[in-house]
Amino acid sequence: MAFDVLEPGLSTTAQDQGRIGYYKFGLPQGGSMDQYSATLANRLVGNTVSDAVLECTYIGPKLVSTTNAVIAVTGAPVDVFVNGQLVPEYERIELLAGDELKFGVIKGGTKYFIAVHGGIDVPEVLGSRSTYPIGAIGGVDGRALVAGDVVPVGVGSDNGLPVVTSIAVDDRPVFSKEVKVRVMLGLYDHNLSAKGLDSLLNSEWTLTPVADRMGLRYSGPGVEWKDREQPFGAGQDPSNIVDAGYAVGSIQIPGGTQPIILHRDAVSGGGYAMVATVISADMDLVARCAPGTKTRFVAVNMEEALAARQENNARAARIWS
Amino acid sequence: MGAPSGFRVRFHSQPLDESELMSRQIISPLPGIFYRKPGPGKDPYINEGDTVSAGQTIGLVEIMKQFSEVRAEFDGVLEKFEVDDFGVVNPGDVIALTS
Repeated sequence: MAFDVLEPGLSTTAQDQGRIGYYKFGLPQGGSMDQYSATLANRLVGNTVSDAVLECTYIGPKLVSTTNAVIAVTGAPVDVFVNGQLVPEYERIELLAGDELKFGVIKGGTKYFIAVHGGIDVPEVLGSRSTYPIGAIGGVDGRALVAGDVVPVGVGSDNGLPVVTSIAVDDRPVFSKEVKVRVMLGLYDHNLSAKGLDSLLNSEWTLTPVADRMGLRYSGPGVEWKDREQPFGAGQDPSNIVDAGYAVGSIQIPGGTQPIILHRDAVSGGGYAMVATVISADMDLVARCAPGTKTRFVAVNMEEALAARQENNARAARIWS
Repeated sequence: MGAPSGFRVRFHSQPLDESELMSRQIISPLPGIFYRKPGPGKDPYINEGDTVSAGQTIGLVEIMKQFSEVRAEFDGVLEKFEVDDFGVVNPGDVIALTS
């Protein structure tokens, strides 16, 4: 069972929940950028949360199913076509052998996800099927799909498909052009001047087109740093530090001008001051933002961050109950 | 009995259907920065008033360090660019009009 790739799309990769446990060696966790959307697709087709899906970026692939298959498409709003006929997102779709799946122009957000009963069955590398193109591991030959690829599909559980055939509108993610992203300050917010910190937290930042699985760059008023003598090894620019580990979701501001949120495929360390970190509960929200999205960074404390994570976990648990 | 397949009568008062209107526009399928030239110091792919043929590249959109060619889907004349060189485009934006 497989998909034949007629057209690959802009950047279509196999992703799962990520490659956990190797960040300390410099290997990012990766995984679906918008984990919640990916899990909804898996839910509809009777997979487990950990099955791999195809993550499509802006322009989706054109695929032909070699056998009958059960699929679902979730995530960013887009028209889905089977043999040229419009079919719904967020609903289970049955494909017959030879059916062609393709997509229209994306209507918001950045990424949509194709789950198939049985999961995308590329080999596991270090415990994950997620594609990490920079490291050339995971997925199909460690890279995004190309025309002519044959994407293997696994054998699903024979417990039958779930009763649920569509995701309720209230449970679907929202794709907004204006978002509030919750962050925790640190580790290097003390390098910002009071004016710089005020600028970070009380200005509107606009997501630029420079955004991918590694990071998302924002334009805005910039920030100001405290005057300090740069320590040995830190470089001359006040946005530089002596190299340190980057928390997942760190915000760095090279040169003090354009903040970058480090996302799922980002490096694990380097020499830029991390002024704040996006809370884990809002990483999916950041992943859904299209270029031009007006963004405000809202500081929360650890208790609020953990409460938000619990809220997300509770929602996911309800979807899977 | 329906109308014979492959045969349709079109009345002049009938508005153009969407596919015909769309066929006059070149749409960006993705967000990014639009470029009219293949590289710095090079000539533009095409200028306003030039004839354009199906499949011809009229510009590039850069996103995620990838340059995707924007192509015309039909023959005609490129009447007007709706987006400036180095302009920001979003999916569905009209890049150029043709006739």
